[in-house]
Amino acid sequence: MANDIIAPENLVYKKPELMNDTPMHYCPGCSHGVVHKLVAEVIEEMGMSEKVVGVCPVGCAVFAYRYLDIDWQEAAHGRAPAVATAIKRLWPDRLVFTYQGDGDLACIGACETIHALNRGENLTMIFINNAIYGMTGGQMAPTTLIGQKTATCPYGRDPKIHGYPLNITELASHLEGTCYVTRQSVENVGAIRKAKAAIKKAFTASMEGKGSSLVEIVSTCNSGWKLSPVKANQWMEEHMFEKYVKGDLKNTLDE
Amino acid sequence: MKGNEAIANAAIRCGADAFFGYPITPQSEIIETLALLKPWETTGMVVVQAESEVSSINMVYGGAGAGKRVLTTSSSPGIALMQEGISYMAGAEIPGVIVNVQRGGPGLGTIQPSQSDYFQATRGGGNGDYNVIVLAPNSVQEMADFVDLAFELAFKYRNPAMILSDGVIGQMMEKVVLPPFKPRRTEEEVRKECPWATMGRTKDREPNILTSLELKPEVMELRNIHLQEKYQTIRDNEVRYEAQQCDDADYIIVSFGSAARIGEKAVELARAEGIKVGLFRPITLWPFPSKEIAAAAKGKKGILVSEINAGQMIQDVKLAVNGALPVEHFGRLGGIVPDPEEIVNVLKDKLMR
Repeated sequence: MANDIIAPENLVYKKPELMNDTPMHYCPGCSHGVVHKLVAEVIEEMGMSEKVVGVCPVGCAVFAYRYLDIDWQEAAHGRAPAVATAIKRLWPDRLVFTYQGDGDLACIGACETIHALNRGENLTMIFINNAIYGMTGGQMAPTTLIGQKTATCPYGRDPKIHGYPLNITELASHLEGTCYVTRQSVENVGAIRKAKAAIKKAFTASMEGKGSSLVEIVSTCNSGWKLSPVKANQWMEEHMFEKYVKGDLKNTLDE
Repeated sequence: MKGNEAIANAAIRCGADAFFGYPITPQSEIIETLALLKPWETTGMVVVQAESEVSSINMVYGGAGAGKRVLTTSSSPGIALMQEGISYMAGAEIPGVIVNVQRGGPGLGTIQPSQSDYFQATRGGGNGDYNVIVLAPNSVQEMADFVDLAFELAFKYRNPAMILSDGVIGQMMEKVVLPPFKPRRTEEEVRKECPWATMGRTKDREPNILTSLELKPEVMELRNIHLQEKYQTIRDNEVRYEAQQCDDADYIIVSFGSAARIGEKAVELARAEGIKVGLFRPITLWPFPSKEIAAAAKGKKGILVSEINAGQMIQDVKLAVNGALPVEHFGRLGGIVPDPEEIVNVLKDKLMR
């Protein structure tokens, strides 16, 4: 009986073709899997599956190349924007994007991030901000909130000791080379749809030579935050969105 | 023209696709010359002034990983910053060309010439077990000739290749015959030569993934063994050197790059005094011409390794001759370039007493 309804004409949802069946190493509840899927869907919808090159970070998404069947380069920690700059300059008709976490993009690679964006390189940076270093076991990130506890600020982030959270997306919106800077999230269906539209807008802009785009996805790290996936989403909504306000910070595309 | 200008001109002529660099003395003429010549309007070569040497080398990683002929140039402190990227290139087997117009160190050091980056260049330089092909030019002509050679070797072996020059060769002016124009490769040619390149995955192949990461030690050991086997192939096939008047010599001066240029004059001065001296010049510093030096040293009374550093290549020379004859060192430091007379005097003092 159940088998009767499994037919192509009844299909309402499917995995993007670019996503393979490799089991993901991400923790259950992590935002990465959702964002990977959105990236794959947008590439397919744009018809760019054979003309796309991704650049992976060092961090939790270091193995992003395992899950999307496209060409990838694995960059040194923080250097993805420099790597992507060269690929795009040398193959201008390719879609080139980086996929980076907060430690990679906003800390060790802040220099590369700012300069690639400021040169107006025609690429997109997908920025996963979960306010913690997930891969290395939950240490303080440049985006860790004041008072937030991590392995290297176990009593909470204290600006006198640890400095302030870095709002690099805000900073990026002030750079002349950027055309589209936005902050999204993927905790519910509505947010996911908005995030996908943002990624598509950014990718399209980079193919149209409009300049650099930065798409921040405010994300959860339930393992690092030591919360269940549901509670992590609640914590994100209650705490992260206050500091990292969602929406477009710069949009020169619709003008 | 200057050695630095020769590098820039040769890069355009040999079909280089891109240059990424950051200014530093004594090699800024390279990027300045490229900026003046505007190759993006003629051959389509991309020229980008990066925000740092760290970015430059990672742009080389990205561009060369996408199958293109890409180079960067710098001087010692900048090359030190690039070591992370060079190690990643070696690990991911990405070909690219790095030019080091050396200056004295350590630290910010001096803007005057030196050869004190020999260890860094020939031992890998960054983390991990790897080697970079190292070519040492001794003239403006070789600065021009080695650009294409470095690209050829880099792509033949999917390995970074370095031209280890110094402030003397970079800044001095000589006559030079520039290489003939070679067109940049077409997309089809890149696809054929570099089936591993990340330029968009077509349906007829698996995705190309360039990475130096592997968490399984069993697999990582195999990768390392593969690299070591490749390095052995390079050692077996790519040694280059030049021997001048070594056959009848009693003593041999071993020098590379600008020191070898000075060594030629020292040989002439010594022979005028009746001392039979020859010059052995390694052109590839890695792979090092160990067997060739051992053969040239047979029956000789001694070797003087003359280099503009505190004694670096002498270790490779000693390993090559394995105690068969005395090996002494002469070097000036801190940006001082030695006189040929000094070299002859040291040879007499250390080897002829």
